[in-house]
Parts: sequence; structure tokens; C-alpha cells
Amino acid sequence: MKHIIAVIVDNKPGVLARVAGLFSRRAYNIDSLAVGPTETKDVSRITLVVHGNDEILEQISKQLNKLPDVKKVLDLSQGEFISREMVLFKVNATPKTRHEIYALASTFRAKVIDIAEGSMIIEATGDTAKIEGLEALLEKYGLQAVARTGKLALSRGRK
Amino acid sequence: MKGSQILIEALIEEGVEVIFGYPGGRALEIYDALFAEKRLKHILVRHEQGAGHAADGYARATGRVGVCLTTSGPGATNLVTAIATAYMDSVPLVAITGQVGTTQIGKDAFQEADMTGITMPITKHNYLIKDVSELAPTIKEAFHLARTGRPGPVLIDIPSDVCKQNTDFKYPEKIDLPNYKPTLKGNPRQIKQAIELLAQAERPLVIAGGGIIAANAAKELTEFIQTTSIPAAATLLGLGIIPPNTAGYLGMPGMHGSAAVNYALCEADVILAIGMRFDDRITGNPQLFARQAKIIHADIDPAEINKCVPADVPIIGDAREILKEMLALLKKNKFTSRAEWLQQIAKWQKDFPLTYAQDSKTIKPQQVCEVLNDLTKGDAVYITDVGTHQMFAAQYLRIKSPRRFLSSGGLGTMGFGLPAAIGAALACPKENIICLAGDGGIQMNIQELGTIATNKLPVKILVINNRWLGMVRQWQQLFYCKHYSHTDLAECQPDFLKLAEAYGIKGVQIENPKHLEKQLQEVLAYKGAVLANILVAREENVLPMVPSGGVLNKMLLPQIGALIGALK
Repeated sequence: MKHIIAVIVDNKPGVLARVAGLFSRRAYNIDSLAVGPTETKDVSRITLVVHGNDEILEQISKQLNKLPDVKKVLDLSQGEFISREMVLFKVNATPKTRHEIYALASTFRAKVIDIAEGSMIIEATGDTAKIEGLEALLEKYGLQAVARTGKLALSRGRK
Repeated sequence: MKGSQILIEALIEEGVEVIFGYPGGRALEIYDALFAEKRLKHILVRHEQGAGHAADGYARATGRVGVCLTTSGPGATNLVTAIATAYMDSVPLVAITGQVGTTQIGKDAFQEADMTGITMPITKHNYLIKDVSELAPTIKEAFHLARTGRPGPVLIDIPSDVCKQNTDFKYPEKIDLPNYKPTLKGNPRQIKQAIELLAQAERPLVIAGGGIIAANAAKELTEFIQTTSIPAAATLLGLGIIPPNTAGYLGMPGMHGSAAVNYALCEADVILAIGMRFDDRITGNPQLFARQAKIIHADIDPAEINKCVPADVPIIGDAREILKEMLALLKKNKFTSRAEWLQQIAKWQKDFPLTYAQDSKTIKPQQVCEVLNDLTKGDAVYITDVGTHQMFAAQYLRIKSPRRFLSSGGLGTMGFGLPAAIGAALACPKENIICLAGDGGIQMNIQELGTIATNKLPVKILVINNRWLGMVRQWQQLFYCKHYSHTDLAECQPDFLKLAEAYGIKGVQIENPKHLEKQLQEVLAYKGAVLANILVAREENVLPMVPSGGVLNKMLLPQIGALIGALK
């Protein structure tokens, strides 16, 4: 089962290694990971997408809570949440195909952010299905490179 | 004040009296501050692993934080096994390691090793100091973390230039750890539920572990057992928490536990597990463990609940606080009579006692333990190494009180015994310090004979010598068709007496069962350190034995084990 875990941590050296290390040590795979500052100074949010059984997840969340640098561990998949990820596609583009790619991108509400001879860079934000849908369509032009963030997520409403 | 001096002052503020260490390039500043230091005793070991285990032994014997100090790189990595040992057994330890200068970190400088990276999974927490201003508050935090909640090792890595920097020394009064709040008081509703379950139980059982020692709860536990007449077992790390003559005390559970405990675990309807973590050496196959029982699991570490065995009633808190609450509730609950259960247990004890066959020509390792019981009357601190002698000691030694049986349980570290005995000797100068070790394990840290000799520590080292790596040999005999692959030490055995003498330690050979008691008496009476090389029966198996991953009531009992021996 997939879980989206948010780990709220003090922004101290080594904290990401401590958190990520706990997952690998308990043989729990991390599908994606995103780290960044939060609304509070010196506090960071680590968002992880992981899969595995619930017992191991309970164990990891308890082990995470024991780290002195960890403030809170949230399993967002327990309730309603919104999640987004962002991707940059560098896709092959000739003067002939540029228009097609433009049209595709706009259908997906993605943005063309760079055009060079032979390639374009498209920025897309959304949920996983949307990003994978766009990727499938762009593949036929030839993708030179893909850079994708980990998933970011927040619970909905007041919580 | 210089960083190195701040370190010393902070250790003194923490009440540290003795540290175990080994100098080196990146610890020079710290050792310079120690040069004329009268308030701190520094014990120079012969290998850094010894410093770690000695600090561990000191901590286990006293309950205080053990402190070890090494240089960077190899000095620090030599501590790794000792830190992991302390981590597995929840021993409070502060390890201080020198590090290359802050500007050289990450440059693969001479004797650089990423100690915070290496020890992340085996410490409760660790620190790399970047500026001298962090030093005092970090040491305060480190000691607090090591000794509170579930105790454990904390490492502080100090770059050499930080030791040379100057700042005002002011030891902080408060600790700034907003996320660290161990739960001490158990939830009253869960405690009430636990007592109700136990009161109604027909076949209840208590298993208590090292958490009882950490919480100083032995008195409360014994009172609880006596008041409720619930039979009880103590794990390897819990030996000594229940005096062996207490009614209903059954000994150790698990792989080499007593048969009565293992049968009782399989038949019990309610188990109170307190300050123990359901190690696989206790449960066998966790899916088949105590299947009839509702389990009340009390532990200070929330992560232990449901980790190996699911709990029906979890209680998170300090064992002493929980037991006090439980004792207060006892009066309000009427306990059902359990005469039948107690009779059944008594029958198991009678039918399946710990037993071995004595031999007129060869000393049996069990016999050594029994003679020690007679000679010391339990007034001793026993330190064991790891292997068959350790299990015989756990089965046969009668440990009267907590902190008197020091053994590496979780990690099972061969080489632990001798250096841990050094720590115990410094912690308990008035006690008999008896170190039992196998002929394999003693050679893993044999260099610490030098530390014992230099410091005139009156440690009695009993080498239970079967000329095998005996525990591995036992498994090879039972599960690998007697393929004794690389476990025979007979041919390459050193002369232990000459070894002892080379270090200036008295050596005694003991091999005749007739003289065992008299010779051991002389060893114990001797004023200084003694190494006794006790030649014991070569192939004495530790029984009962639950094969790894097995079910507790399917034991290889001594009666059957004797047959296997005869089938050779």
C-alpha cells in the first residue's frame, strides 16, 4: 500500500540522512522524496512517498518520532489531501513539430519555458496521472531528459 | 577557555569520575587538557574497542553514563562494535571522538572517518561539533539523551581546531530538546485494563527484562510478583532483578531458557511483558509465540510495542512508575485462585530441571558456575563474554541483585567480557569481579590484560576453555552434520598461563574436577588479578535448546541431548 508521509523536522545538519536512513534500514522503499523550508523558520518538511505493509510503516513512524530532530510525523494518506509534483521535459522539437508540442502542452496546462534548436523544455505541474499522461505523449518525439520533483502534499481543510 | 578544557569542565559538571580512552593525533588537545587533571581518572586501554566496552561495563555496573574517548579515523572506528553493543542493550554511553579540523572535513584528510555517518544507526543520537560555542550545550544534551528515556549511546565528534578555539565557559542549566519528551507515567486506563486482565487470568506469567534495571524497578517488580503470586521469568539482561529464591521465579525464557518457563509461555493465558523487547532468542518464531496469551506489553519505548509481537494492552512508560501504579491497584482487584497453574508449573520444574552429568575426570562448565555460587554466595559482579559459557552462566549462576550480571545480550559481542570487567572493577572496587570468558572470546580483546595489570585491577578471569568456538560447534553438530568448519581452536591455542605472566598477571591452571573448588577458592582469595585457565569438557552442549525460529515447547532437552552425545 502506498503512503504519503510528511516528516516535520528541525533544519539541522544530517537530518535528511537520519530520516532517509531509517527507511532503508527497515527495507522500506522510498518512491519519491521532497525537502524544503516551511512557514516556520528553521523547520523543514520532508515529504515521502513510500510503499509497504502497515506494520512496517507503524514501526518506521515510531522510529522517526524517536529522533530528537523530528517534530512530527504525518501519514497524509490517512485522510483527505492534495498532492502535486512538478516535472521538466526536454523534448526533441523541429520547426515542424513545435506547434504540435505547443498544443499538447497547453492541453495539459503545461508551459513551454525554453526553445532551442532541436529541442523545447516544458514545465508541468499536477498529480502523477497528469504528468505521466503528458510524458507518454511527448515520448514519441523523443525525450532528451526528464527532471521530476518528489511529490508535495498537504492535508485538506483545517487539519 | 579553550575547547579542550571546556570538554573537561563539562564532563566534571556531569559528575563523570572516570573515562576510558586512547590518545592519537586528533585527540592531542584533549589529552593535553587531561595531562595534569586531578578531578578525572583516565584509564588507558590497549585498543579503542576495549575503551568502549569498559565504559559500557562501568555503565551497566552503576547505572551511570559510561564515557570513552578516542582519536579520529581508526581510533573512532574501533569503537563501532562497542557502541553497537551498548545500543542493542540500551546502555547509557557517551563516546567522544576526535575529528580532523573543520576545514579539512570531507577532504579525505589523514585519519578522517565520517563518524556521525557511520554511527547513525547505532546511536541514540550523535553530533559533529562545528564551533566551540556548541560544545558545552551539546555535552549537556548528550548526557541527558544517554541517560533518560530508553538509555543508549550518544557520540560527540569534535574536530581538532574546535578544541583550540576559545570561548567563555558557562555550563547551561537547561536543555533545549523540544521534541524529546519520553513518556514516564503509564496511561491509567491501560494500567487498569492490565490489572483486570491479570486478576481474571487463570494462567498468568510475567517476563521482565533489562528495562527493570534501567528504571531501578527491581524492588517493585519483586513486590508485585510476591503480592500477586504470579510466576515470573527474567531475560538474560534482566538476570538479578528477581532474587533466585523468590517463590514463583522460574529463570530465563527462550532459546536456552529453562523448560518450565518455555512451557509456561506456551500455556499462559495472560503475559505481562515489562522492560523487554521480545528478542528472537526469547520468542523463537514470533508468529507461534505464546499463542494462547493476551499480551500486556509495558515499555518506555513506543517503537517496541507491536514491533515483534502484537500487544493486546500496550503501556508506554517507565517500568518503575508503571509497577507502582499497578501495586496501588492490586488492593482493588480480587485475583482468581491459580493453584492448578502453579502446580502445573511446579511439575514442569520438577520434571524438566536444568541438569548435566558430572564427570570424575573432566570439569563441566556448569560445575564451574555451581562452585562459584557456593564460594561467592552471590556476592560478586559477574561479567561474561559470549558463547556457551555465557549461556551456562545465565542458567546456573544465582544472581542476587540487579547490575551483578553483565553480558552482551542483543549484539552478542565476543570480546566484550574482559574490557567490560575493567569497567566493572573501577565501578565496584569493593566487590568480587569475576569475568567468565571462552577461549575464543578472550582472545578477541586479550590485550586488555595490559590495562588490568597496569591499573592493578583485581579481576578474576576464568577462561572456560573447551578449545572450540563452542556455540558455533554446537550448531554445526546439531544442524550441519558435524561439519566442524573452522571452529576447532585446539591446535593453535596459546599458553594462557604464559600469556598472563607476560603481562604480570598470575596464571593458574585448573583441570581436575577434584581440585576445582579449592583452586577456585584460592583464585577468589588472591589479592590481585588472576587468569585461571579452566580446561572443561570439550563438547558440552547448552541445553535445553529451542532451534532458531522454532516453537518454545519444542525443545531439545538435556535428557535427549545426552543421547545425541552418546551417538557420536
